Amino acid sequence: MEQLPKWADLIVVPLVGLILAFSLSMLMVFATGHDPMDALSLMVKGALGSTYGWGYTLYYATNFIFTGLAVAVAFHASLFNIGGEGQAALGGLGVALVCLFIPWPHWTIALVAATAAAGLFGALWALIPAYLQAKRGSHIVITTIMFNFIAASLLNYVLVNKLRPKGSMDPATAKFPEPAHLPSLGDMLNAVGIPFAKGTPANVTLVVALLACVFVYYLIWRTRLGYQLRAFGESQPAAVYAGINPVKITIITMMISGALAGLMAINNVMGEAERLILGSVEGAGFIGIAVALMGRSHPLGILFAALLFGALYQGGAELGLWTSIPRELVIVIQALVILFTGALDNMVRSIVAKVLVRPKRAEA
Amino acid sequence: MDYLTILQILDSALRLATPLLFACLAGLFSERAGIFDIGLEGKMLIAAFFSAATAYSTGSVWLGMLAGVAASLVLSGIHGLASITFRGNQLISGVAINFLASGLTVLIGLSWFKLGGQTPSLQGDARFQGIDLPFAETLSGVPLLGPLYSEVLSGHTFLVYVALLCVPLTWYVLFRTRFGLRLRAVGENPAAVDTAGISVVGLRYAAVAICGVLCGLAGAYLATGLGASFVKEMTAGRGFIALAALIFAKWRPWYALYATFLFGLLEAVSNRYPSLDLGFVTLPSQFMQALPYILTVVILAGFVGKAIPPRAGGEPYVKER
Repeated sequence: MEQLPKWADLIVVPLVGLILAFSLSMLMVFATGHDPMDALSLMVKGALGSTYGWGYTLYYATNFIFTGLAVAVAFHASLFNIGGEGQAALGGLGVALVCLFIPWPHWTIALVAATAAAGLFGALWALIPAYLQAKRGSHIVITTIMFNFIAASLLNYVLVNKLRPKGSMDPATAKFPEPAHLPSLGDMLNAVGIPFAKGTPANVTLVVALLACVFVYYLIWRTRLGYQLRAFGESQPAAVYAGINPVKITIITMMISGALAGLMAINNVMGEAERLILGSVEGAGFIGIAVALMGRSHPLGILFAALLFGALYQGGAELGLWTSIPRELVIVIQALVILFTGALDNMVRSIVAKVLVRPKRAEA
Repeated sequence: MDYLTILQILDSALRLATPLLFACLAGLFSERAGIFDIGLEGKMLIAAFFSAATAYSTGSVWLGMLAGVAASLVLSGIHGLASITFRGNQLISGVAINFLASGLTVLIGLSWFKLGGQTPSLQGDARFQGIDLPFAETLSGVPLLGPLYSEVLSGHTFLVYVALLCVPLTWYVLFRTRFGLRLRAVGENPAAVDTAGISVVGLRYAAVAICGVLCGLAGAYLATGLGASFVKEMTAGRGFIALAALIFAKWRPWYALYATFLFGLLEAVSNRYPSLDLGFVTLPSQFMQALPYILTVVILAGFVGKAIPPRAGGEPYVKER
């Protein structure tokens, strides 16, 4: 296969994949009897046309940054963490326990504590699959899938039998007390004089997500651990030969990955719902896979990919609200993005290579 | 718990195990040929939709079944293209297929039937009807075994018996035919198969196609045999339970039958007794739901008999290194 220049590999290939995914989805919109251009413009306007739309787009993007980073960190060690869904659910449990049972004096302290709890619970949920992969050779993809289902059952049990307030039929915890309320992005921006729609779910967690991007960048490319992790991902025998402990790297990588997925809970559980409900993750763990693939496992790429998917989710919700096109269109787009930027990557690459490399030959 | 209750639970276990068995055997063919498939769920789902939709529109459950198999084959083709031809990541391809099915079924379902993603309920010839096995009536009087025959084994729909027949058939094809030997070899050591002058690509596509057909039957059974319409996300993780059963069975056909029947039994028991009182401990329903997954993790961990997958599983085959 032709070698592509780095810029083409990092930017053109995912973009072409994205364009293919969108064209096919719009074809499907057309096939179901709607106008694709109308749908597209409604989505863009709904997601980015107002600060209200941005408030939702950024909220979804915050979730996807966390889950995208989680998948990416594991990818660098050539581990496929498909368990973000379960880890984020457990992170939610951690947040709920911290917020419900400890009276916090101020949201800042509550946020720090909730962050720690979310990360810890997520990391612990990733620990068992990691241990089984490292020590017993069980395939991490299968164990993390199984752990997603076990997490769903566990949360169902805890919410229905333990944390549900008396007299409530809803499988959900009580509302978190007032001091655990995180300031929304609207409140924060309005306080410094920038007008932004109130009542949108984007909140201070966005800042935590951005910090997490910086953290992952430093971790992967600027620390000894990150170097070991990438070496392990490139070639396990070589890494072992260089004195890197494979068990340690697998476990630490998966725990960092699980912690990042768990952190999502401070956004959706503490920031938005302010209580733990059943199925609060809403598939964000899986979208992390698309985000990490699209963003080429780099924090900056993930940031853009998360924004794109955030806009897609908000735009899709608007579509579902105003047209008869269901918001499941977004799932189709997401599937095609995963297909073209992940599974069919080599196909897209060969198309790009044909277009890019042929003119050069003609010159020579 | 009397004998009749046990029979009823076994009867419902057999019904619930059928889609798992189809999907498990589907995964068996694919993974034995070295192609991991976590897209069983998606293929079942799209087959369930197209079989119900076609059966409703044409009034014929057979056409529905064919449409379901065809839809599942299309997704299999995508999986084959991604993982065999373009040597992509088979796991990522599976994830994409699951989402594709989940989104497409609702998208198409809404514009076709306008029922919030469902199909109208199927009646008469648009559904599979129960088949009474010969002498079910006469033998029901025989103590113990008679009711077992007439209550549990008899009276199921066509596809239940097909699924049961697929077990010996799979065993025969995989372990007693030349094709089966080659298929297993391609999952263990594709280079050796290639050296012998046999097409690795061809064998793997054949395995993926068989997988598609069986997933199609699983989906068709869900919507037109077990249920009477397509409902959004109706597979509800069955593709993953089948995957779990496959590991539990250590990629062997007869054990696949036992594993899927066990998991079907678990579902039947938890349907009947939401919380199971064992005397010394009460098991909540959520525990019963999670049990197949927990058992699989235990098996995978190798504490109870190690499960070793086909050696070349998940790796694309590159002819020249």
